[in-house]
Amino acid sequence: MKSENNEKALLQGLARSDKKAVEAIYKENYNMIQSLILNNNGSADDAKDIFQEAMIVLYERARSGSFELNCQIRTYIYSVCRRLWLKRLQQLNRYSSEVSDVIETVPVDDEIEDHERRNTEFEMMDKAIDSLGQPCRSLLEAYYLQKKSMQEIAVSFGYTNADNAKTQKYKCLMRLKKIFFSQYKNGSL
Amino acid sequence: MDDIQILDTVERYIRGEMNPDERLHFENLRKSSPEVDQMVVEHTLFLQQMNRFAEWKKFRSVLHNTHTNLSEQGKINSAKLKGKAKVVYLWNRYKRVAAIAAVIAGVTALIFTSLVNFLNPGTDSAKVQELSRDIPNIKHQQNMQVNEVNNLKNEVNNIKNKINLQSIPFKAGGTGFLIDGKGYLITNAHIVHTSRNIAVTNNKGDQYRAVLVKEFPDKDIAILKIDDDKFKPLSSIPYGISKTESDVAEPIYTLGYPRNDIVYSEGYLSARTGFNGDTLSCQLGIAANPGNSGGPVFNHEGEVIGILSTKETEAEGVAFAIQSKYIFNAISELKKSSKDTSYQNLRVPTKSSVRGMDTKEQVKKIQDYVFFVKGD
Repeated sequence: MKSENNEKALLQGLARSDKKAVEAIYKENYNMIQSLILNNNGSADDAKDIFQEAMIVLYERARSGSFELNCQIRTYIYSVCRRLWLKRLQQLNRYSSEVSDVIETVPVDDEIEDHERRNTEFEMMDKAIDSLGQPCRSLLEAYYLQKKSMQEIAVSFGYTNADNAKTQKYKCLMRLKKIFFSQYKNGSL
Repeated sequence: MDDIQILDTVERYIRGEMNPDERLHFENLRKSSPEVDQMVVEHTLFLQQMNRFAEWKKFRSVLHNTHTNLSEQGKINSAKLKGKAKVVYLWNRYKRVAAIAAVIAGVTALIFTSLVNFLNPGTDSAKVQELSRDIPNIKHQQNMQVNEVNNLKNEVNNIKNKINLQSIPFKAGGTGFLIDGKGYLITNAHIVHTSRNIAVTNNKGDQYRAVLVKEFPDKDIAILKIDDDKFKPLSSIPYGISKTESDVAEPIYTLGYPRNDIVYSEGYLSARTGFNGDTLSCQLGIAANPGNSGGPVFNHEGEVIGILSTKETEAEGVAFAIQSKYIFNAISELKKSSKDTSYQNLRVPTKSSVRGMDTKEQVKKIQDYVFFVKGD
């Protein structure tokens, strides 16, 4: 009962991307995943990649609110990693005998599909922002991602006043939206 | 300037930064102007996406920092592998390469060993003699086993198709040749007469299962069909089957399997009749050995003039071949007697496409169509 509450608390922490919760889950599960990947044709870098993907899947689920984990976090992470790694092996055409299981798994295909869809969306956004070039990129990141106010931005970017910064931001935003919506239509819809 | 202000207003509206009056005013504007409404919807979607993107990026950097911190503190295994873990990792990564290398090394060793054995003249002649003794031994054994075999035959017939070719100890061997690219072969009836299982091997060593379509013991002709999924039908047969009788003294040659490799030998047509004036066959002056049975006899235009079948025991270099016109007889009999319609499509080639080539070139083309026939 205690451990169950503990896991719930961890998930709530994860949903807020609370550092302590992330660290606790990381510490608890990373070595297991690293040995899974290393024993199945992967490198330590692969292990880090796969584990962090799985953490994001878990994070998204924890955030979705309606989420009830009906198995241990450990089992869930293992299942996701296992599935992701098999997929990766297939893509690389690397030899893969069936991954040998140390612990039981739960079906996670739906979540992985969602995750991959989100990933491509985010990568699209990343690319779109990247392709704007400077100073647009920093300007938009400062406003939309770091949520700075126009006054702060005007100061740190050396604009004479907030209105000038706004004009500049507007131009950049229009460019970004144009790229984003064209990709959005082509890509995921 | 207008657009910038509108966007600013929309953003403040979406973020809920407006005071109630302003908000009411804006919502009215939204109702009255579809353009503004459209802009709000679109920008809401965009901002949502941006927010999620921002969180995603933030979480990624949290993960990255956590990883670095934990591995610095030694609380998780660091990226650098040491000692046993490294060995295990390298082994897992390269075990396939190692396996392939080992296989290649093994095969090379085998090839070299067999080459050394093969090129060593002393052991070679010993082997040839052994083989010539083996044949009567096998024949003797076979005779003793015939009765037993016949008793078991009916029981075994049922499981015939399940038997793996590799596991069958073939005792009788001869030669056969294709008369139709779909896999129909002609051979001697005496080779496959008592066989429950028949296999044919081409000169590349590919072995296929074959079934007896029909045998004509009076003519000593048997028609086989390759019945194996591995067998790919061949397009055209380079030689023709001669309908006419050949002239005495015509040079002839044959291809056959007196041993596991295809063997060429040549001679001449000695007489138009066979042993004791048998009109079914003709007499050849050719060196033939057990295993040459069923082999095609070609004239120098690449036409099959006969099926090599027997040799005289008391004289060396005298062999007899069944005349090729009886192949046509056999096939028309098959078509008449059998209800299986697939035999109606059986086409026997009468034109030789290797005509005019020298013998070496002819053999090169023909050898793929001559098979080693084995029966148990």
